[in-house]
Amino acid sequence: MTDSATTPDRAPALHVAPSPHLAQTAFHTRGMMIDVLVALAPVLLATLLVFRWHGVVQVGLCVLACVAAEAVLCLLMRKPIAVGDCSAAVTGVILGLSLPATAPWFVGVIASVVAIGLGKVVFGGLGYNLFNPAMVGRAFVMLSFAGYMGASAYVVTDSLDVLTQATPLTMAKQNAAAWAAGQIGPENMPEGLADIRQFWPLFLGTVNGSLGETSALAILAGGLFLCLRRVASWEIPLGMLVAGFLCAALAQWIKLTPLTALQFMISGSFLFGAFFIATDPVTSPLTPWGKFAFGAGIGVLTMLIRVLSGYPEGVMFAVLLMNGAVPLLNRWTIPRPLGAK
Amino acid sequence: MSNSQPTAQERFINGILPENPTYRQLLGMCPTLAVTGAMEPAMTMAAATGFVMISANVIISLIRGLLKPHLRILIFTLTIATFVTIADRFLAAYMYEMSKQLGSYIPLIIVNCIIISRCEICAAKQGVGTALADGVGMSLGFLLGLGSIATVREILGSGTWFGMAVLPEAWPDWGIMVLPPGAFLTLGLLLGLVNWLGNRKKSAGTP
Repeated sequence: MTDSATTPDRAPALHVAPSPHLAQTAFHTRGMMIDVLVALAPVLLATLLVFRWHGVVQVGLCVLACVAAEAVLCLLMRKPIAVGDCSAAVTGVILGLSLPATAPWFVGVIASVVAIGLGKVVFGGLGYNLFNPAMVGRAFVMLSFAGYMGASAYVVTDSLDVLTQATPLTMAKQNAAAWAAGQIGPENMPEGLADIRQFWPLFLGTVNGSLGETSALAILAGGLFLCLRRVASWEIPLGMLVAGFLCAALAQWIKLTPLTALQFMISGSFLFGAFFIATDPVTSPLTPWGKFAFGAGIGVLTMLIRVLSGYPEGVMFAVLLMNGAVPLLNRWTIPRPLGAK
Repeated sequence: MSNSQPTAQERFINGILPENPTYRQLLGMCPTLAVTGAMEPAMTMAAATGFVMISANVIISLIRGLLKPHLRILIFTLTIATFVTIADRFLAAYMYEMSKQLGSYIPLIIVNCIIISRCEICAAKQGVGTALADGVGMSLGFLLGLGSIATVREILGSGTWFGMAVLPEAWPDWGIMVLPPGAFLTLGLLLGLVNWLGNRKKSAGTP
């Protein structure tokens, strides 16, 4: 009797343990974050091809700043340094990919420190934050440095060819009034607008925009991988795509935008937001219907901001707004237990 | 009754740090958030509030024997409103630009809960000297609160302090700091800092 209690290789056959019952011990934070990094690889490749060294510099800077901020702030808070779970690196990559190619170095660094500090650590670290850290950081620099982050900051004349044209959504916004008034139409389009009303450049990503948002193909490849690995919940992108498409179709129908619904969906950061930003497991709802409603809310708000506000793009603000509604969505959509009335 | 109340000296000290209106009582949040985008409006607001607070405290303390319990809030409000009107007209006459910039926040001093709480807590129960010390202490505490927030916001948001350039020309102004979100962020972070310092002092004091 005493023998069996002390030798570890004769453990009892029947394990009895309180929940959670982890079937997959490999499914932990670090593994999830590495999956996200793998899924971001095609997006990073597309960024490298479209924006060359601009993308490398911006993303690298954000990753370094995020990891450094996490290490320093954990030291200051006298907590174990959580850099090893790779979540800071993921935040850095997503933040870097959401910035314009030629934003000055301090924009990325300040955004990273704010993302980790105000977005995550002040709430108590990973798992406690209410708002998507990368979007908190981006919103901070967006409101601070409109000159480096606004629509005009995306257009640079003495650089890569792709950077000399306006982003598709800015172009759409500039032509929206004339389109609605019927002064321009499919027959007599201004040159810039005709260029962006084409499917393949938008799908492959050879257009201007934030670093990671241009290539729909790369985002779909990475995003589907995330959903298949169940790191991202498929309900969120589905809700966002369905609601976004309905709104975009409505906008096309009542001529609020010169783009077709499909073009409107694959331009800007709508897809990147659907698969990589909104699916952050910490700041999205827990229940299946809650996730769907969360995605649908982001889709509707994004389209409303795009069409009705002064901003050409609205994914960032839509995600932050819906993050605030997550506790409510969780409460409203508690699933009925089996057998309950 | 008066022997259980704090003395004038205690009232004065309490107002500055131990019962600081901004960081300890979290009263008067409306001007704290709204006018601290730069030092100049913040200091004007602190001075106007201080004038109203000290004057109202002295008057209420002088007439405290005449106060009827069920009418006291009305008397407080009327007294405060009198001094707010004086401050408002004074600013409009001598500091017109600042008066325009502060807009409705000067008339809104009348609903500043720091002032009415000082009338209720101190002036209606204690003598003129104590009420005066209390008003001055609380005013200094409010000045400290507004000044610290405005310092952070103006330096980061505009690179200046009282309009003087303190950061190099190359400094990129953090536009968010002079916008409303900057007020909430700065207040929250400074509040956390004050609490952290207070807790550290407390835990260092106990063996």
